[in-house]
Amino acid sequence: MKALAARRRSRHAPVALLLMALLVIGGLYAILAPSTAVAAPTATSTNDVATGKKLFEANCATCHGASAQGTASAPSLVGVGAAAVDFQVGTGRMPAQVSGPQVQAKAVQFDAAQIEQLAAYVASLGAGPAIPSADDVDPAKGNVANGMALFRTNCAMCHNAVGIGGPLSQGKYAPSLMKASPTHIFEAMLTGPQSMPVFNSANLSAQDKRDVIAYIDAQKQGSPGGSTLGSIGPVSEGLWAWVIGIGLLIGAAVWIGAKSS
Amino acid sequence: MSTHLNPGHKTSNEVARTAHALPDRFPNPGHPEHHDRRSDFDPAADKRAERQVVVLLTISILGTIGFIVAYFAAPPGQTVASMRTSNLLLGLGLFFGLGGIGAAAVHWAKSLMNDHEKSEERHPQRSSDETRAAAVEVLAEGAADSGIGRRGVLKGALVSALALFPLMIVLPLIGDVGQDWDVSKFKHTWWKKGTKLAKDPSGQPIKAADVTIGSVFHVIPADLHEAAHPLDEKAKAVVLLVRLDPRDLKEADDRKGWSYDGIVAYSKICTHVGCPVALYEQQTHHLLCPCHQSTFDVGDGAKVIFGPAKRPLPQLPIAVDAEGYLVAQSDFHEPVGPSFWDRLK
Amino acid sequence: MSTTTRREAGPAAATADYLDQRTGVGTAVKAFARKIFPDHWSFLLGEIALFSLVVLLISGVFLTAFFVPSMNETTYSGPWAAMQGVQMSEAFASTLRLSFEVRGGLLMRQIHHWAALLFMASIVTHMMRVFFTGAFRKPREINWVVGFTLMLLGLAAGFTGYSLPDDVLSGNGLRITDGVIRSVPILGSYISYFLFGGEFPGHDLIPRLFTIHILVVPGLILALVGLHLFFVVLHKHTQYPGSGRTDSNVVGYPLFPVYTAKAGGFFFIVFSVIALMAATMTINPVWNYGPYDPSPVSAGSQPDWYMLFLDGALRLMPGQAEVVIGGFTLSLNILIPAMVIPVVLFAALAAYPFIEAAVSGDKREHHVLDRPRNVPFRTAFGVSVLTAFVVLILAGSNDLIATHFHLSVNDIIQSLRVLLFVAPAFAFWITKRICLGLQRRDRELVLHGHETGRIVRFAHGEYVEIHRPLDDDERWLRVQHETRRPLEIEPAEDSRGVRRKGYRADRFRQRLSRLFFEDRVEPVTPAELAAAHVHGEHDTLSVGPAPAGAHSAITQGVEADERNH
Repeated sequence: MKALAARRRSRHAPVALLLMALLVIGGLYAILAPSTAVAAPTATSTNDVATGKKLFEANCATCHGASAQGTASAPSLVGVGAAAVDFQVGTGRMPAQVSGPQVQAKAVQFDAAQIEQLAAYVASLGAGPAIPSADDVDPAKGNVANGMALFRTNCAMCHNAVGIGGPLSQGKYAPSLMKASPTHIFEAMLTGPQSMPVFNSANLSAQDKRDVIAYIDAQKQGSPGGSTLGSIGPVSEGLWAWVIGIGLLIGAAVWIGAKSS
Repeated sequence: MSTHLNPGHKTSNEVARTAHALPDRFPNPGHPEHHDRRSDFDPAADKRAERQVVVLLTISILGTIGFIVAYFAAPPGQTVASMRTSNLLLGLGLFFGLGGIGAAAVHWAKSLMNDHEKSEERHPQRSSDETRAAAVEVLAEGAADSGIGRRGVLKGALVSALALFPLMIVLPLIGDVGQDWDVSKFKHTWWKKGTKLAKDPSGQPIKAADVTIGSVFHVIPADLHEAAHPLDEKAKAVVLLVRLDPRDLKEADDRKGWSYDGIVAYSKICTHVGCPVALYEQQTHHLLCPCHQSTFDVGDGAKVIFGPAKRPLPQLPIAVDAEGYLVAQSDFHEPVGPSFWDRLK
Repeated sequence: MSTTTRREAGPAAATADYLDQRTGVGTAVKAFARKIFPDHWSFLLGEIALFSLVVLLISGVFLTAFFVPSMNETTYSGPWAAMQGVQMSEAFASTLRLSFEVRGGLLMRQIHHWAALLFMASIVTHMMRVFFTGAFRKPREINWVVGFTLMLLGLAAGFTGYSLPDDVLSGNGLRITDGVIRSVPILGSYISYFLFGGEFPGHDLIPRLFTIHILVVPGLILALVGLHLFFVVLHKHTQYPGSGRTDSNVVGYPLFPVYTAKAGGFFFIVFSVIALMAATMTINPVWNYGPYDPSPVSAGSQPDWYMLFLDGALRLMPGQAEVVIGGFTLSLNILIPAMVIPVVLFAALAAYPFIEAAVSGDKREHHVLDRPRNVPFRTAFGVSVLTAFVVLILAGSNDLIATHFHLSVNDIIQSLRVLLFVAPAFAFWITKRICLGLQRRDRELVLHGHETGRIVRFAHGEYVEIHRPLDDDERWLRVQHETRRPLEIEPAEDSRGVRRKGYRADRFRQRLSRLFFEDRVEPVTPAELAAAHVHGEHDTLSVGPAPAGAHSAITQGVEADERNH
């Protein structure tokens, strides 16, 4: 401990720390990346349904009821479809943990196979939206301009103009879409989780949804003007005008006003 | 401020009263001693400061050259990244080009120019009594020359003429600047009996069956493009369409026929100051305005449950036509959007 | 200057001679070239405003070369993928073109917008400096009003410019403006038609805003800036208190060369800082919002920071305030926050110098600034107004506060409704206490000197800490001010028992005056210092006459007497 403390004070400490942090991040990425790269839906077998039922009974039945018929504390899952399960469990929202204004995304509790099995079980209970294919959600195939037109009419009021997220009433909020996977974005539009309305295919067709995904994906390129300042609009611009602009200029003024030694 | 001693200023302090030998206030100690800078007595420091100024000016020259190079070498191009690079390089060129000059000038002034403070006398703003008297006299002389005091009618006519002539500029301006001044347009929208509800922005008509429970449609009149000023009409006509479980829907008696099987249509223009109210929370049926957080309950006649708005959102009565498309029964029954003085008249 | 040209003096002299013979410029040079300006960093805050205005003019001229102020529809075809084939106004299309296709266009646009934010921010900080140091006192009251009007014009310039690109964000801002205007009793609908040329959004707005933004407002600003600076030269600059500085002199450096270099250099520094911001930070990315359309809106829709307090006031006001009287709608829920609050706030600001002059009864000219602590009421009042302003700005940012700090928007609004009243009152109280406390500390310091941390033990066993007395300059700073006292007025009835005219007005003035000046701390007098020195005990201050020795100690400086307290 003492040696560590001594080294922390050394001149090389920042470099060592940086390297260590990079290693940790790289390692974590290596561990986590494969689990997010799934989504290729495979034909479900009766075996999947059976395993999914077991998983469901062990993890979900307490709230959703033994046969997913719903209880006072949680809705029925009959007819919500595989897409809803893949979204809710795949983003870590389900199984829900703490009670609060809304169920939060957190570390995913199940592996890809288990999620698939759960989805297969719930899908077997009643017809509902299926998990989209990789082609359905491929940003490269979407039309960014149409995506933006749809996004700003249907999504921007809650999720902000570029999908940074925004508040709803009573502490609820529309989450940021910056880290959401295309599949999950598609599923959210399809199933309308929590406060979010449903955008069925009569409202936004599959092609429309892919266009929206393409628009969100295009935000990853950043802004031509430099740092985006969080893309949250004039408030952050005003804040930085004061902090950086007025800060630097007052610093310069103090230098100009100070007597030279 | 050698007049620091204020004659009216008497402290009640016993000591002050008895110590009559002391003044009431401290005297101003006068200008403090001047301290020389290093560059004033050390030629090496002086030379160093001069070199620093030259370096700063050189940075400026390099910045300008950098800007010109970036201008030709890094055009904005077609991608976000190339635009960003162009902006960054030109901006940095400008920063160094200007900042170098600024820092050089200030450094020069601070370290090399004479820094002995100087004192200058101030004089009261007020003119002297003689000047004032002379000014009054000059004015009186001019007034007498004009004879304005004696000619009352002329004075009246002059004032009237001067007061009236601006009307010739203001009247034509006011007259036409508001187009036809027909403010009753606030009370009508593009919706009329039979107008199909269509998706915004595509203009595709909506069937009742398309609107599943929990979904929300942003709606415009299907024939909006036929309007002379589509944007003006859109600004009043936009509607939010949602379907609730009919059991969740509380409807006033006089509006029972305005919905269709749990589908309700409300004006999207906030009754506060007119932002599009569009944040629909499908679980609570609350509609939130992102501008000022007025919250409306769609399940209960879009009544205000929080925030700065007073009135519920106006409801558009809807029905279904023979082909299953949603249509308006009529226009809104009240003016949409923010309040105005005679909205109820 | 001589009327004969002398070749040997070189081309500069020849030019000077040519000019002087035709303009008499020599007189002006003689009068102004060595004019003295006092040196202090806070005197440069107004220069930031002036220089960002110059940057605004330079970048603004660049932008007008490419911007098309028209609401005619066009279809976009340029490098920006998300706008391909989108219908938009020519104003928006030209904004995109100058941002993405004109080399340096985006930089100039961002420079223009950052400079606008800094222009307003520096005006506000400059006004704060002038307010808290009492620089608005006679003879500068008129210049305060000129500066105040410049601030309003700055708001107008910012607001009209913000709306020019015709994007969704600023369009919704205009829509809110329309809603606010419509709430004006009787005339509201007509004023709305007047501005928009008919119904909102109409087809005339952008060209009209353009004319106001590039001609009317800048013209007025330039004229008033000229007047503002003329007054500065006429009155000569104020100076901070200090040794040798009085109300009848000005101490500093001459305009030429020191101030020419410093102020000229500062212009380049201001421009370069704005360029750095524009190079690295995106501002108003209109391409994210898209062309104006009355249907869409984005979360986080706010005006630029200087208008945020109005938006915040609109958010805080409960809707119940709207009333219907005799069939006519009176939207107090809009009128109060959007009209009454700013009018009251601005009127108080504009009128403050005159109010303070009236209640202090002070008719003298003031050129030495106040230290804020020496005017507790003014300082506390200023801080409380700023606090209210900040509360309103927080209210205007409530949605972002909610998402960033995981709070409920509703709770934030409820709390800020209370805070709007509580926070300024608390800020007033605490600031006044702090000011009085600082004044008492100044007194302590003057009476007893600096603690040195050196402990001395006397032969008889007593321990004392050595205090080092203040030198002349240090002491002068703490005793130079005059405390203002509440007005004394003539009694209501004269000696014959006749009621005096104007007594009520006087009594009102006196009451106000008490509010301003009742709580005060007097600066140390020479006698008090003498007493403190002689007796070495604070509590003997009011006993006995001070011996002659004390007097000489003061007049000669008190360095000799190291042992006090």
